[in-house]
Amino acid sequence: MPVAERDGLKVWQRRTRGATLTRWAAWLVFLLVFLYCWQQISERTLWIFVLDSHKQAWDLGVRMTPPRWTYIGDLWGPLWDTLNIATLGTVLAILMATPLAFLAAKNTTPHPLIRQVALILIVASRSINTLIWAILFVVLFGPGVVAGVLAITLRSVGFIGKLLYESIEEISPSPVEAIRAVGGTPPQVLTYGIFPQVFPAFVGISVFRWDINIRESTIVGLVGAGGIGLQLDASVNSLLWSQVSLILLIVFILVLFSEWLSATIRKAVT
Amino acid sequence: MSLSSDKSPTPAQPGTVNPQPRRWRRPPLIRNPLLRWAVVTGSIIYFYFAFTTMGIDPARIAQGIPRGWEFLKGFFWPDFWTRRSDIAEGVIESLSMTLISTAIGVVLCIPLAIGAARNIAHPVIYAICRAIIAITRTFPEVMIAIFFVIMFGFGPFAGIVTLVIATIGFLGKLLAEEIEACSMDQIEAIRATGASTPKVIIFGLVPQIFPRLVGLSMYRLDINFRESAIIGVVGAGGIGATLNTTFDRYEFSSAAAILLIIIGIVLLAENVSSYIRQKLI
Repeated sequence: MPVAERDGLKVWQRRTRGATLTRWAAWLVFLLVFLYCWQQISERTLWIFVLDSHKQAWDLGVRMTPPRWTYIGDLWGPLWDTLNIATLGTVLAILMATPLAFLAAKNTTPHPLIRQVALILIVASRSINTLIWAILFVVLFGPGVVAGVLAITLRSVGFIGKLLYESIEEISPSPVEAIRAVGGTPPQVLTYGIFPQVFPAFVGISVFRWDINIRESTIVGLVGAGGIGLQLDASVNSLLWSQVSLILLIVFILVLFSEWLSATIRKAVT
Repeated sequence: MSLSSDKSPTPAQPGTVNPQPRRWRRPPLIRNPLLRWAVVTGSIIYFYFAFTTMGIDPARIAQGIPRGWEFLKGFFWPDFWTRRSDIAEGVIESLSMTLISTAIGVVLCIPLAIGAARNIAHPVIYAICRAIIAITRTFPEVMIAIFFVIMFGFGPFAGIVTLVIATIGFLGKLLAEEIEACSMDQIEAIRATGASTPKVIIFGLVPQIFPRLVGLSMYRLDINFRESAIIGVVGAGGIGATLNTTFDRYEFSSAAAILLIIIGIVLLAENVSSYIRQKLI
C-alpha cells in the first residue's frame, strides 16, 4: 500500500509516486496533442461564422416549420428505392459474404493462404465506408439505384463476412465429426454439420446489417446513388427547408421501423 | 426430425419388408406451410418489382467497366506524391477531428448516461436523456453534418460538432446500459457513509463503469476516424473532402492512395484499440 509522510503522519495514498508521475505525464502528453489538434482545426475555421451560428440555427428552425406535407407525394418513389437499395444490397452481400466467411474461418478454410486472401478482402470492404463506395460507383456506373445497391453490398460483405466467420470458428466440432463419421460428403458436412449451428447467428447478423443498411441507404443519395438522399440533396441545395424537415421526419420513422423489425426478428430467432 | 408420412402410407410392420422404406427429410425452416409459401411468393414478387424499378442502364454500365479497370490499375500504382500536400493536410485534419470530438464526446456522454440510467435517474430526467439519445442515434452522421455545415460554415468545426453529437448518442446509450447493470451494493455503501450525490457517483459508480468507458471510447475513436473520412463529402472537413475532389477529377491513382491510407489508419486504430481494450478487461 503506497504511503506518504505528511507532518510526520503516515497518510494513505492511492498510487505510488512513480505511478502518479506517469499518469500526470500521460495526461500532459494528451493535453499537448489535444491543443495541437485544436490549433490545426482553429486555423481552418472561420470563427466569425461560428459566432454567428445561433442566428443561423434559429433561421433554419423557422424555415423548417411547418413541414410541407404535400411534398410527400413526391417521396413514395424515392422511399421505395431506398428500401430496395438496402434490401437488395443486403441480399447480394449475404450471397457474397457466406462463401467468403467459410473460406476465412480457421476450421473450414481449404488452405491457410486462401484464408489470408479472404481476410484481406473482408478487411478492405469493412474499412471503406458506404458513402465512399457510393462515390466510386457513381463515377463508374453513373448516378442511380445500381450504384447505391453496389455500395451497400460491398460495405456489407466485410461486416457480414467478419461476424459470420467468427461464429463459424466458434461452432462445436462434434456434429461435424458425427456427419463425417456416417460418411457425409463435404457438402453434406456443410449443410448438416455446420450450417444448422451457425444459422441463428447468420439470420441475426443479416437482419442487423439490413437495419444498418436502411440508415445508410438514406444517405447514399447525397452523392447521387439513388434513394431519398437524392431528394434531400436537391431540397438542401435549393434551400427548400420545409421539404427537408419532412424528409427528416420520414427518415426518422423509417429508421425506427427498421430497428423495431430487426429487433423483433432477432428475438424470434435466438 | 420430421418424417414424411405422405411417402409411406402404410407404416412398416414388424417382420415384413416394406417396399417403400420411410425416408428422412430435412425439416422445413418455417413449419407452417401456408406461411412458408406466403414468404416465398412474397419475396419473389418483391424482388421482381425491385429489379424492374431499378432502372438498370446496360450502356452506362458497359461504359463504366473501362473506368473500373482504370481504378483497379490505380490501386496497384497508387499515387501518393502528386497530391501529397492535400493528402497530408486531409489526414491531419481527420485525425485532429477524431481526437477532439472523441475527447469532448466522452466527457459530455457521462452526465447523459447517468441521466439515462433507469436505476439512478429521476423518471423525468430519464425520459429526456433517452429522447436525446434516440434522436442523436437515429440520423446518419452525414445528415447531421449538413445542418452543422450551414450553421458553422464549411470546414472541420462543423465536422467536430457532428462527431461529438454522434459520439454522445453512441456512448450515452451503451454506458447507460452499463450503469443499469451496476451493482447497487457499492453505491449504497458509499451513501451509507453520508456521502453527497456527487461523491456517490464518483466513488460508488465511476469505478464500476470506468474500464468499460475506456474500452467504448477506444472503439468510438476508431469509428470517429472512419466517419471523419466521409463527412467531408458534405463540406465538413477531413480527408473525405480531398477524396471527393480526386474522384471528381477522375484522378483514380490519387484516390486509390487516399483509400489505402484510410484502410491503413483504420487497421492500425482497430488493432491499437482492441489491444488497449484487452489489456483493460
